[in-house]
Amino acid sequence: MKKIFALILAVLFCLSGIALADDAKPELHMGTNANFPPYEYHEYVDDVDTIVGIDAEIAAAVCDYLGYELVIDDMEFGAIITAVQTGKIDFGMAGMTVTEERLESVNFSATYATGIQAIIVPEGSDIASADDLFVEGKNYIIGVQESTTGDLYCTWDIEDEGLGTVDRYKNGADAVQALVTGKVDCVVIDNEPAKAFVAANQGLVILETAYAVEDYAIAISKDNEELLEKINGALVALTEDGTIPAIIEKYIPAEEAAE
Amino acid sequence: MSEWFDSIRAQFILNFIEKSRWRYLLTGLFNTLKITFFAVLIGIALGTVIAIVRSTADRNLPLMRRGPGRSVLKCFDGVCRLYLTVVRGTPVVIQLMIFYYVIFASSRSSVLIAIISFGLNSAAYVAEVVRGGIMSVDIGQTEAGRSLGFTYVQTMWLIVVPQALKNVLPALANEFIVLLKETSVAGYVAIKDLTKGGDIIRGATYSPFMPLIAVALIYLILVIFFSWLVGKLERRLRSSDH
Repeated sequence: MKKIFALILAVLFCLSGIALADDAKPELHMGTNANFPPYEYHEYVDDVDTIVGIDAEIAAAVCDYLGYELVIDDMEFGAIITAVQTGKIDFGMAGMTVTEERLESVNFSATYATGIQAIIVPEGSDIASADDLFVEGKNYIIGVQESTTGDLYCTWDIEDEGLGTVDRYKNGADAVQALVTGKVDCVVIDNEPAKAFVAANQGLVILETAYAVEDYAIAISKDNEELLEKINGALVALTEDGTIPAIIEKYIPAEEAAE
Repeated sequence: MSEWFDSIRAQFILNFIEKSRWRYLLTGLFNTLKITFFAVLIGIALGTVIAIVRSTADRNLPLMRRGPGRSVLKCFDGVCRLYLTVVRGTPVVIQLMIFYYVIFASSRSSVLIAIISFGLNSAAYVAEVVRGGIMSVDIGQTEAGRSLGFTYVQTMWLIVVPQALKNVLPALANEFIVLLKETSVAGYVAIKDLTKGGDIIRGATYSPFMPLIAVALIYLILVIFFSWLVGKLERRLRSSDH
């Protein structure tokens, strides 16, 4: 009796290792950190937890155009580039900026959107512009999301120069939470999520002067030239026929973007 | 062959030498050790006190007459039980985040918050371990102490608890080692501990191999060192047993 039971268990364990059945359409895996409104965030659509946002919709449009099934993998922002390099995901799209260091590891598609690094401060703060962060002796504590360009810029420009400290949080919302309770003096993060966070919390203000302006693009493995060309082709076609501008307009209405 | 070696060397330089990235690991190491050391102190001190209360209650409550003494003991015992249940029933990460975001919401000393949080967490586990140790000391010791005229507290403190701690020293050493590795979640609340140092390097260089292996190796060396230290302590204590 025991032997039969053990045999059944062994068979069940083996069966659980069998791979999933083949899909009708080939899949493309997109890596993102779905904690970055309005580019990607979680929302319940028809009672199903879905990842929505500018990046999610553009990716869906691109995959439709190319004839693929889109699968979105939610992961830590800092893990996306490595996942693209190792082939765990086919491309990374997470409001990600093109930087020299990142280009050493992966290829980037054409720019599909522009981002601005904004500074959020509490109302009535000493900090009135980006330059104030560099004043000798002030030693501000800056909250950032780990591994984003906000993190990298602040680390290079401020922490490494000994002008202040950088507190790295797992996601933007945690950094803003720390700002609300007074643990950090300001938060440096992309403009659009900054607006979403400021709208959701009282007593926060985005500074007029931006910290930096940058280009968002899609990260693709250096080994996958074919996919890079296909995606660039798709981006061009979808921009010309107005799909991408419409998606961006839906989330970032033009009057706001002009501010 | 030399190509592979060159690439390893290049990786090493990229991850640790360039821009002095090894400094992140050094700061992280200091913070991890600081948090672990003070948290262990709090844990053992508080844990022993709780253990004494709990074991006193377990042994004596059934035998005591109704009265103020009994009520007080029952009250303390209840508080301790509640504390143990709550702290052992929630993950340490959640406890840390509650301390950081809710209880000490406006504080900027995150290392201090971590010490308190991990210390209180560790105290719960140490309490159970030490309670086992106290229960394992022969009841004759307590009886002898009381017969000699020591008060209950004196008997506990001077006779029973030292023997109990000696018995559970391996388990306490284990707790220290577990705590050392548990502090690796401190990065959740932006504390620059050893694991976070590795994360920062990984985020800047996109090559996970070297930072992760380096961090793992450092934890391993620390654990081996402390295990050896505790082994020495145990042997010295055991020499008085003959």
